[in-house]
Amino acid sequence: MSNIRKAFENGKAFIPFITCGDPDLETTAAVVRAAVANGADLIELGIPFSDPTAEGPVIQGANLRALRGGVTTDKIFDLVRELRRDVEVPMVFMTYANVVFSYGSERFISTCQEIGIDGLILPDVPYEEKEEFLPICRRYGVDLISLIAPTSEDRIAMIAREAEGFLYIVSSLGVTGVRSEIKTDLGSIVETVRQNTEIPCAIGFGISTPEQAAKMAGISDGAIVGSAIVRLIGQYGKDAPEYVGEYVKGMKDALR
Amino acid sequence: MTNPSGRFGIHGGQYIPETLMNAVIELEEAYNHYKNDPEFNRELEELFNEYAGRPSRLYYAEKMTEDLGGAKIYLKREDLNHTGAHKINNVLGQALLAKKMGKTRLIAETGAGQHGVATATAAALMGMECVVFMGEEDTIRQALNVYRMRLLGAEVIPVKTGTATLKDAVSEAMREWTSRISDTHYCLGSVMGPHPFPTIVRDFQAVISKEIKEQILQKEGRLPDAVVACVGGGSNAIGSFYHFIEGEGVRLIGCEAAGKGIDSFETAATVNTGSVGIFHGMKSYFCQDEYGQIAPVYSISAGLDYPGVGPEHAYLHDIGRAEYVPVTDEEAVNAFEYLARTEGIIPAVESAHAVAHAMKIAPEMSRDQIIVITISGRGDKDCAAIARYRGEDIYE
Repeated sequence: MSNIRKAFENGKAFIPFITCGDPDLETTAAVVRAAVANGADLIELGIPFSDPTAEGPVIQGANLRALRGGVTTDKIFDLVRELRRDVEVPMVFMTYANVVFSYGSERFISTCQEIGIDGLILPDVPYEEKEEFLPICRRYGVDLISLIAPTSEDRIAMIAREAEGFLYIVSSLGVTGVRSEIKTDLGSIVETVRQNTEIPCAIGFGISTPEQAAKMAGISDGAIVGSAIVRLIGQYGKDAPEYVGEYVKGMKDALR
Repeated sequence: MTNPSGRFGIHGGQYIPETLMNAVIELEEAYNHYKNDPEFNRELEELFNEYAGRPSRLYYAEKMTEDLGGAKIYLKREDLNHTGAHKINNVLGQALLAKKMGKTRLIAETGAGQHGVATATAAALMGMECVVFMGEEDTIRQALNVYRMRLLGAEVIPVKTGTATLKDAVSEAMREWTSRISDTHYCLGSVMGPHPFPTIVRDFQAVISKEIKEQILQKEGRLPDAVVACVGGGSNAIGSFYHFIEGEGVRLIGCEAAGKGIDSFETAATVNTGSVGIFHGMKSYFCQDEYGQIAPVYSISAGLDYPGVGPEHAYLHDIGRAEYVPVTDEEAVNAFEYLARTEGIIPAVESAHAVAHAMKIAPEMSRDQIIVITISGRGDKDCAAIARYRGEDIYE
């Protein structure tokens, strides 16, 4: 069974997203530990990409800051090795197809297994293109996480039936970023998901407040928060771990 | 050329967010329906002929031929189309298709501004809303085209992210499309991006080679020995090549922007310096580093300043059916000035890359051989930049 399942065993899951290397890898490590200490159930680690087409301005900025600081895929693998000495919650990578492909898909995914990465989220790899990575992911026991969007409609069942790890439900149209209101009829999307798979589903994109998180987790199995955390890191830099820890605690409390 | 999943050999595909999948599926279904619809084709042909001024001339460049002393040179005059470039062919096709699909808003990326101007033009003609994304750097290099787009009623959004050039404009247009799909068509300007765009754009641009073939058979009674065109994403090149791909008789030569040279870091010659990757919805060749980070590229030409190339070109390169050669800024500027003085034709600096390569190969060919150069656009927009390159400051 997928290790990711463990993230959904402590009530509703809270899943923070962190861009690796923003502002530096030491801070990333400290932020991850602070998030875990305060109740994060699964950590989504972003490997920066030069041209992140699914991201809004906040995460775009973090990607560019990290790359300018000299972070590379190899340095991020080392970060995960170091984190795995004490961090036990499931961890997944979120990055773009080219980062995996150019490294050599097999070399990348086998390293994920070796260092203790449980899954891979590639926002520019839809159902139609998953064969590019899926057979290799299966060989190394790394879950290739599928996404469902507000526009997926008749595709939801097809995607859900073959999904692994957990299902990432995109709350709104557009790119990542904080939103004041989420209007999509997520209840009916989740209902279709439930009819087609046993694996858990979490909602992300646009969530920043404890109220939003509670509402989203009420419909699904968990809430994913990226931009709000990345913005805190952008604001506080090396001092961010304390603030992120506090934020995660507030969010996880809202889900209990 | 393409198989059902939109592949050209290993290249192509649909590497896009799930949010856009139903939009590209809807587009593919609509295109497959309308491409065989007689009424759609009649309307498009009327737009091509009556509005865009097609067919474009195939002009025998006699002075250039004599001066170079080798192959006979013909110029395919896409610069004479309405709006001044080949871009209008694709845009009229896509705008008409979008209208049939019930879309009321066109968004587009633009580099040199020619595709943006063409899209703004089609939107004005068809009564559609239009938003154009353009790298901030390019809005400065091509200020005249920004004014033209606004004059035509389009909103121009300067893109400040990344290198603030064409690739960032594409990224931003894709982001915009994910946020507003139901009434909006993304009018992609080149044979790139996710399937079905490389096929749709190629089909609308294929009119170029269809005409070249008819015109050269009429004038010379035979096919050319070589067709030369510039390649950024590659739409005028694939349009110029398409009807010559089958059969091996015609050399197909794509000219990439080498910027300051393919050994420098300031280049945009993707096939010559790049490697296979996945970006902007497609698998193809890209300029990138060892970790797959897309490299900043450089060319004097805003229209060729792109780190990737269309997947069908990548495939034609892989199977050896087309050649892709680098042409530097210096060579292109020389050719820009040469064509102006020799034939009284000021080509776009993009097209000047093709002229420059033809100038290299024509003298080595015999007098009974024929080269067709596609002049993809006109050069008015480039005069200020070329003057600057030569150390002269002019006010537009």
